[in-house]
Amino acid sequence: MKLMLHVFPEIVRQPLIASVILETGALINIERAKVDAITGEILIDVSSDKCMEVKKAFEKRGTKVSLLEMPVVKDDDECIHCGACISICPTGTFRFEGSLVVADPGKCVQCGACVTACPQRALELTLK
Amino acid sequence: MYPQLFNNPPFTKKVVQEKSLSEINERIRDGSVRVVTAEEMPDLVDELGTDGAVREVDVVTTGTFGAMCSSGVFLNLGHSDPPIKIAKAWLNEVEAYGGVAAVDLFLGAAQPSLDRGNEYGGAHVIEDLVMGKEVEVKAQGAVTDCYPRLDLETSLRLEDLNQATMINPRNAFQRYSAATNTTNRTLHTYMGTLLPRQGNVTFNGAGALNPICNDPDFEYIGVGTRIFLCGSQGYIIGSGTQHLPQEGFANLMLKGDLKEMGNDYLRAATFQDYGPSLYVGVGVPIPVLNENIARKTAVRDKDIVTEIHDYGVPRRSRPEIRSVTYEELYSGFVDINGKEVKASSLSSRHVARQIAGALKDQILRGEFFLSASVEPLASVGRCDPMKQTKEFPLVGDVMSYNVMTVHEDIRIDEAAQIIVGGPVDHLPVVSEDEKLMGIVTAWDISKAVASGNVSRVSGIMTRKVFVVSPDEPLELAARKLDHHTISALPVVDKDDHVIGMISSDDLSRLFSKRRSD
Repeated sequence: MKLMLHVFPEIVRQPLIASVILETGALINIERAKVDAITGEILIDVSSDKCMEVKKAFEKRGTKVSLLEMPVVKDDDECIHCGACISICPTGTFRFEGSLVVADPGKCVQCGACVTACPQRALELTLK
Repeated sequence: MYPQLFNNPPFTKKVVQEKSLSEINERIRDGSVRVVTAEEMPDLVDELGTDGAVREVDVVTTGTFGAMCSSGVFLNLGHSDPPIKIAKAWLNEVEAYGGVAAVDLFLGAAQPSLDRGNEYGGAHVIEDLVMGKEVEVKAQGAVTDCYPRLDLETSLRLEDLNQATMINPRNAFQRYSAATNTTNRTLHTYMGTLLPRQGNVTFNGAGALNPICNDPDFEYIGVGTRIFLCGSQGYIIGSGTQHLPQEGFANLMLKGDLKEMGNDYLRAATFQDYGPSLYVGVGVPIPVLNENIARKTAVRDKDIVTEIHDYGVPRRSRPEIRSVTYEELYSGFVDINGKEVKASSLSSRHVARQIAGALKDQILRGEFFLSASVEPLASVGRCDPMKQTKEFPLVGDVMSYNVMTVHEDIRIDEAAQIIVGGPVDHLPVVSEDEKLMGIVTAWDISKAVASGNVSRVSGIMTRKVFVVSPDEPLELAARKLDHHTISALPVVDKDDHVIGMISSDDLSRLFSKRRSD
């Protein structure tokens, strides 16, 4: 399951992920991270059985955590099923089912490549 | 009636099956017409043979739905009081061409807006009109004795216009080159997003559903052919611009009435960092008049070949990577040098199928009749390069040939001495066999000295070097310098040997010389 961590300035220099791994023993996979001098935005993937424990551990350390159930949303009125989103997605979120484009949002890491590649502007990232 | 040849006995002379267009239209009228889509036809021809297919099938419907930038509409606004001769006009801040007559405008689909740029353009205005939305019109007049008005502002809907005629100069290409990108950066093109290092392949077209692919020799398609155009009945008015049937790149010039069109088969689009475009839905019915046509309408995706080009080379002739069939493109993966590369379309196969199906239904319901053309499309066309009469400087014309290279094992202070003693502040670093492997600048050296690092050049050089070749246009070298915010580029030959340098100073000198000339 995917968790989006919003790290605030006071704690951005702390080894948050390492300490949460040590505390929970969870296998945390960093899908995407943007950390600068003052803030951080980190998308992690963690197994569903450890998900809530990991979420609480981050929150205890002052991190804002959101569970990303639907990282990307497709507007089906706008989508013309061209497939432009398919080949540019690094995680294989989109595929054809017959001649229709379907999304498996669970795979999305919110890189945003599809949002600009969609000629119909039918895709949107949530929590952005 | 055409000859009926059921139970054709063996060894008799085969009679060629034929029928006429008026017979087919008669069948549409009496409801006995037999129609299949271009995707259904190949299996039928395999099963029945071409003679059987002529007997059993009257019409094959085709369809395509893709971004067709070369599209637009003529709009007649009606005369204002006092009257205006429009010199310049904007519809929702998108400029339309006013040089046709007093109140006729041509609005091109690919024109970006003044306020929203590429995100809203001519195509979006066309779509808004079709959806019944109000469009803000601003115009400046030429001011004459007969048209005294200076300027004008009004809001119009499609119903308020006298005429809204779609005229698309170049639509429904027979096939289109597929695209990939060998450079190290993501490109945003009219072929969509192209990932670096051949990370993906994009393509356009409708494969076996494509109208011209089902009648490549224009046995039926011609001037005056009635077609399905964005939900309405439109016409082919000739071959399109850059029509090149001799190389498999035929295309159509189309006309239709915007007032009859619907949003299902007409959609505005934006290609990131490229511009607006219009998805146009085109369907052409092909009558199965004879066995030749039956054979051609049995075309499959695997029979249609196109080429994958490298859009990383920003020149008119983009290098060809390989040829590929639409069957392979539609499989979602293309093999490039042993690597499986993801491929996806920009045209919608789903909507192309809907168009072929909708046209089939209209014919079956007796709402769409086939028209005889006035003349076939040209079998030979022209798409020559532009004649460029102004000089076109190349990197090789301007670069400095006086270039010092160093090896990576020299000390930083030795490199510093070379820079101090010479006219350059960039030193390309080359290997034993003189191939470019890095670059070191005066700034790199200052930084190394400032941080107390005074070891060898190998420790401080930049290994990812942007380069140009001597036959690249200067404009592209300037774009590279600007894009990567660097001040000089090594010029290399095809073996990666450094043969010169081109710097922003060289470009400034050229520019000031041109100014003073």
